[in-house]
Amino acid sequence: MIFINGLGAVSPQPNAGSGQFPFEFTKYDGNQLRCPDPGYKEFIPGDQIRRMGRVIKMGVTAAKLCLRDAAHVTGFTSGPECPEIIPEAIITGTGMGCMEDTEKFLATMIRNNEEFLTPTSFIQSTHNTVAGQIALLLKCHGYNFTYVHRGFSFENALLDAMVQLRSGSVSNVLAGGSDELTPAYFSITSRLGHWKRKPVGNDRLLEDHQRGSVAGEGATFFFLQKEGTHNSYARLRDVRTLLKPGSDEKTGRYLLQMLQENEIAPADIDLVVAGFNGDPGSDAIYRNVIAASLPGSAIALYKHLCGEYQTSTAFATWFSAMMIRHRIFPEFALLTPPPVNLRNILIYNHYLHVNHTFILLSAP
Amino acid sequence: MSKRIFITGIGMISAIGDDVDACLASLLEQRSGIGPITLLPTIHQGVLPIAEVKHSTSMLLDMAGHPGSRNYTRTALLGILAAREAVGNSGITETGEYRIGLVSASTVGGMDRSEQFYQSFVVDNRKGRLIDVVNHDCADATERIAADLGIDGYITTISTACSSSVNAMMHGSNLIKAGILDRVIVGGTDSVTRFTLNGFNTLMILDKRGCRPFDDDRAGLTLGEGAAYLVLESEEAVGRSQKQPLAEISGYSNANDAYHQTASSPDGKGAFLAMTKAIAMSGLSPSQIDYINVHGTGTQNNDLSEGIALERVFEQGVPRFSSTKGYTGHTLGAAGALEAVIAVLSIRNQVVFPNLNFSTPMKELHIKPVTELMTGVPLRHVLSNSFGFGGNNSSIIISSYI
Repeated sequence: MIFINGLGAVSPQPNAGSGQFPFEFTKYDGNQLRCPDPGYKEFIPGDQIRRMGRVIKMGVTAAKLCLRDAAHVTGFTSGPECPEIIPEAIITGTGMGCMEDTEKFLATMIRNNEEFLTPTSFIQSTHNTVAGQIALLLKCHGYNFTYVHRGFSFENALLDAMVQLRSGSVSNVLAGGSDELTPAYFSITSRLGHWKRKPVGNDRLLEDHQRGSVAGEGATFFFLQKEGTHNSYARLRDVRTLLKPGSDEKTGRYLLQMLQENEIAPADIDLVVAGFNGDPGSDAIYRNVIAASLPGSAIALYKHLCGEYQTSTAFATWFSAMMIRHRIFPEFALLTPPPVNLRNILIYNHYLHVNHTFILLSAP
Repeated sequence: MSKRIFITGIGMISAIGDDVDACLASLLEQRSGIGPITLLPTIHQGVLPIAEVKHSTSMLLDMAGHPGSRNYTRTALLGILAAREAVGNSGITETGEYRIGLVSASTVGGMDRSEQFYQSFVVDNRKGRLIDVVNHDCADATERIAADLGIDGYITTISTACSSSVNAMMHGSNLIKAGILDRVIVGGTDSVTRFTLNGFNTLMILDKRGCRPFDDDRAGLTLGEGAAYLVLESEEAVGRSQKQPLAEISGYSNANDAYHQTASSPDGKGAFLAMTKAIAMSGLSPSQIDYINVHGTGTQNNDLSEGIALERVFEQGVPRFSSTKGYTGHTLGAAGALEAVIAVLSIRNQVVFPNLNFSTPMKELHIKPVTELMTGVPLRHVLSNSFGFGGNNSSIIISSYI
């Protein structure tokens, strides 16, 4: 069995980091949800804050929040000087990597016709910078991996964490996902039709019928172990990825097969946390799949909190783990009456109809 | 669940050849793929050498059977060609009986096309053809390869800088051992782009004379491009098909140097950990390693750090070693897979390919690379290193099939 024994999130919901649950909902009226500065100074040495790209700061901060939380949950610390547990493995997922630094180096290179360039943004542009910086700041010499597969990135990281733990090669893993929303990325994806043209309040995301969603970002990390404690958040049961299923029927069959392999009846899924993002075509998929396969489950959404991005399911996992831990279902996230029990939560998401994923959590 | 991981197919395209046979011929003839820039549109033409695949992107489209298409980046095309060869070489056919996956690595993804897009986009953010930027991310090549091969099972993309494709091999092996897959195609692909060429140039680690790994006078690396893929299969899958594997993966490890974002530590801690843990996993003693295909980029920093780590791991008995980056250039996210294919070729042909451009041993070390082609060398176990930015250090051991 694998337990979530610590978590940390930097998200567009500044009150989510307070430890209070449910947190106070932050409303946005535009089509971009960005993470306010969560107080980077407390987590990153001052001389490095200025140089680091934003997604690196977000990632390092979420990782440290998680490892501090893990010290409370497990009652274990790595030493009196160190508020964080030093993990044995660091596994991250990111859809787009370090966009700010990539764009900066690329734009400068084009504008200057390949002359007068400095290395900082190139150095930080590699996709593994977040995982590398976490290792560097914590002096962690263990297993270090970065998955970069669109809407699968975070799920790939979680699956690898489960494989590493089950094989016994490590006794704990720091796993997470991070992506940043930059002006250039927003501008390009707007032209691709990803976002709603007219502003929409994120509290009314599903009532709006324009095509597209609202853009988001975030960094979320989890401390995973094979042993639970009295304070464990949840059990991570399974994670699956499904590429271009082609039909909602096939997706539904895949989902039911997954539940069967985990010996869970569909009726035992008390809550589905689904990736509704306000795009009518995209949301119809969730409605169809849930109606056909999990008709009795309560339904919650989460993207009105964090926006749409490749590793948004990391935030969904954070949100679900908090619901299980606190046994509270925030009203601002429910599409149905709350469930009576809370034994199992299924997170179901698809990224642009291509990358479908399922994460199964249970009460510890 | 499978304890052993077998290699049953290999495929490769690089500056020294369009397929495995052509690459092997170049290696045996000690023919380098490094030369003046002929295809990449850059101001560094005539100044910096690189190891290009000598086909324009439009020719690669023809070779892949997509003439004139705008949907494929150079990275995806190189990947498709090498992955097709690997699958063809293994002789596997999709029967539905096996769970088959794809784990691919890349560091630049579709940057070649993003550079074209940005040319207009930096002037006016309403400009630039969107078809040039939609394939920017690293996963694009993976999904193109999966579609080309008809793989709809588990797929993922790994990007851990220059160690990426060794990590792809490692993850693929772990998925088989965990019983999640029966067969997996692993490897990596990267094309040369102005982004990477200029990036490494700002770090002042590109040798204008071409890379000279482990030479005392070395002055940096030489960028290359290419792709390599390997088909890995479980014991059960190989047993049922009665196939003779090409080789076996007997150990691997991933460690982090945790010293600096780009530089390697002076004592080679990450490299030391990666090598010792890979050897421990294989159950071998260090003295049983017959040859090492070193990371050996030719930078001052890497070769010193790696050399010190080699002397720490093997003490007085450092095995024969060479860097093959003098042939292929440093192909970044593809390097680990390219060198794994070369390791398979070394084992199958009982040959050690010499390190090119070497003249003076490094004064800090007591070791020097193999500089003459060695044939008829029985090689049972080959260690291959791949180290990258972010402190990502990985080692893998490929063994002959017995």
